[in-house]
Amino acid sequence: MDFTLDSEQIALRDAVRSLLGKAYGSSETRREVTKTDPGWDEKTWQQLAEMGALGLPFAEEDGGFGAGPVEVSIVAEEIGRVIAPEPYVEAVVLAGGLVAAAGTAEQKTEIIGALAEGTLVPAFAHVELKSRYNERAYAVTAAQADGGWTLSGVKEPVLGGGRADLLIVSADVDGATALFVVQPDAAGLSRTSYATFDGGRAARVAFDATPATPLGEAGADQSATIAAVIAQAQVAYGHESLGAMDTALKQTTEYLKTRKQFGVPLMTFQALTFRAADMYVSLELARSTVTWATLVLLDGGSDAEAAIEAASRAKLQVSKAGRHIGQEAIQLHGGIGMTAEYSVGHFMSRLTAIDHTLGDGRHHLGTLSSALDGHGEINPLP
Amino acid sequence: MKLQLSEEDAAFREEMRTFFTTQIPQHIRDTVIARRELSKDQIVESMQAMNAAGIAVPNWPVEWGGKDWTPLQRHIWHEEMQLAGVMPPLAFNASMVGPVIAAFGSQEIKERFLPKTANLDIWWSQGFSEPDAGSDLASLRTTAVREGDEYVVNGQKTWTTLGQYGDWIFTLVRTDPTAKKQAGISFLLIDMTSPGLTVRPIELIDGGHEVNEVFFEDVRVPVDNLVGEENKGWDYAKFLLGNERVGVAPVGSTKRTLAQAKEYAKTAGPGGTSLLDDPLVAAQIADLENDLLALELTALRVVAHSADGKPHPASSVLKLQGTVLQQAVTELWVDLAGPDSLATGAGEGSDVPDLARVATTNYLNYRKASIYGGSNEVQRQIIAGTILGLRG
Repeated sequence: MDFTLDSEQIALRDAVRSLLGKAYGSSETRREVTKTDPGWDEKTWQQLAEMGALGLPFAEEDGGFGAGPVEVSIVAEEIGRVIAPEPYVEAVVLAGGLVAAAGTAEQKTEIIGALAEGTLVPAFAHVELKSRYNERAYAVTAAQADGGWTLSGVKEPVLGGGRADLLIVSADVDGATALFVVQPDAAGLSRTSYATFDGGRAARVAFDATPATPLGEAGADQSATIAAVIAQAQVAYGHESLGAMDTALKQTTEYLKTRKQFGVPLMTFQALTFRAADMYVSLELARSTVTWATLVLLDGGSDAEAAIEAASRAKLQVSKAGRHIGQEAIQLHGGIGMTAEYSVGHFMSRLTAIDHTLGDGRHHLGTLSSALDGHGEINPLP
Repeated sequence: MKLQLSEEDAAFREEMRTFFTTQIPQHIRDTVIARRELSKDQIVESMQAMNAAGIAVPNWPVEWGGKDWTPLQRHIWHEEMQLAGVMPPLAFNASMVGPVIAAFGSQEIKERFLPKTANLDIWWSQGFSEPDAGSDLASLRTTAVREGDEYVVNGQKTWTTLGQYGDWIFTLVRTDPTAKKQAGISFLLIDMTSPGLTVRPIELIDGGHEVNEVFFEDVRVPVDNLVGEENKGWDYAKFLLGNERVGVAPVGSTKRTLAQAKEYAKTAGPGGTSLLDDPLVAAQIADLENDLLALELTALRVVAHSADGKPHPASSVLKLQGTVLQQAVTELWVDLAGPDSLATGAGEGSDVPDLARVATTNYLNYRKASIYGGSNEVQRQIIAGTILGLRG
């Protein structure tokens, strides 16, 4: 059992932290970048590609760097630390992860190589109205025509769906959920992009008999693959949240030390410092579960159920911690925390967006509640 | 990073599991698992079984019976013990006075006390708190005045847990009334059969007799019973309260009790149905399980990375959240017992399950957990001040 990073991992963390610190050290930069489409900075994305961050989780023969969930978690946490708007989890872990898990050898080489180089940014079009946090697709259906496939229906909101160079789409095939690749210029494809409250972008993506290529085996049910890759993304989002919560707490304690009222620093008031202490408790508890979930992914590549359960546990803990820390960070700042000009509120926005991506706390608590019978005590170490 | 225990630690875990589930008398483990109080004899028998195997005081120096274990191994020892329904070695002996004597006592005092302390031949009581010195321990007023080769002790201690069983009491007493608060305090060992020492029970809200008041009226104590130097007692007390980072949070016993509650719930619904079918009950249990997992993992992070003998900063989370969850599970038990929770006085001939009868007394009793050993408000103060640098 070892919860520490090795020297290469520390070097990766420092490199990513330095890069993103330069890019978004000033929260003003992030505000500027997120104001205009695509809501993130192409140059920063290219720099992430150059340092190898975009190819980390993929096999070398597919064009990646053969690293794993720990390295992904390091990048995600640094993204969260400055709430960098680049779509790391969305493009690399989720869309890229699906290609790696389900694609043919040819698809992998073509898509993953370009993704790792930063020249192709894919998105996963999966969520539908009223589908909530399911791994299944209902509203977008796939049909076979003239030896090929077409998709019809609507996906929304698709994170990064407007700017995406390639769409990985889930679709219903006679009750099964299959994955398809759709080119951005495909016939019958329409995309309407809009801003999300956290500075990101989402799109309504409509398919009207749009030509699509099966990702991997044509028409096979791939919901298990989708669930497995979603678990990886949930854990990566957990790390992104840890980074964001860490900064929100640091900003809050700094504010309590420096801001004066009634002639004294705010930290004179125990009503405030005790609440900051509770934020620290929430953060450390979440850090423990999220780190453990990463190790479960690292350990049990073949045990899909264990990985899915661990990801649920991490997402639940992060949901509770994110709400607690986000809300208290604003409250302890007072009015300044409400302003767009000051950054702490943006951290709460980002935490709220992550919470409602791939399952919020209530959803995961529901899942875990219905599986109570399957175990006695929970034993985290195999 | 990796999840698995090393081969050595996995074998150690197995060894501990086997020991605790086979070498501690079944009637003692059954009493713990039934959430009933252990008798004095049971507590002694349990600790002596551990001491016979050489694992009662692993945190002590090796020459006095300690083990050269890593913090992780001590954590495993502590967890497996609790999971098996074994009471940890009496804290007053094993974690409090023993380490202080071993670290600061003279060779004579070590030889006199340490072997008997490890074997619970001497039952130690703790004489720290006073009516006007609770969280503000340094304001204690019990005095020890030197007369020849004796101290004459006057004053009162309180909250003395299981003092009714005590043979000896380790006390903090004021030996220099002119010095500033912390500076005039000494660490003195007192035979509880000494003339002038009386123990008076305090009845608690659960109806039990667990704590006591101890009165000192001109109690004469040989100077030889002073640990370390006169007026240095506060340093020793800080060592005593601060050197423990394994077992700060009772993870294992809370886990066992929660799993037991879940099992109980399966037939506790109307007509013997499962209460787990009630989504509110199920969600509450699932949430507790998840919080407890986070706590256990935090404890593992702390023991695995207490570098250079310094505790991991997150260790302060353990006492706070550990008692929060310990109390939450006792509260869950009362809810699961429902109307049966009222039947605390039911005797033979009652059909109320035993675990339901003890639910409320345990719930009431464990309100103590967030008060003793540095109240949870003190823990928040430590986190805010020491970790976050928020000093008022």
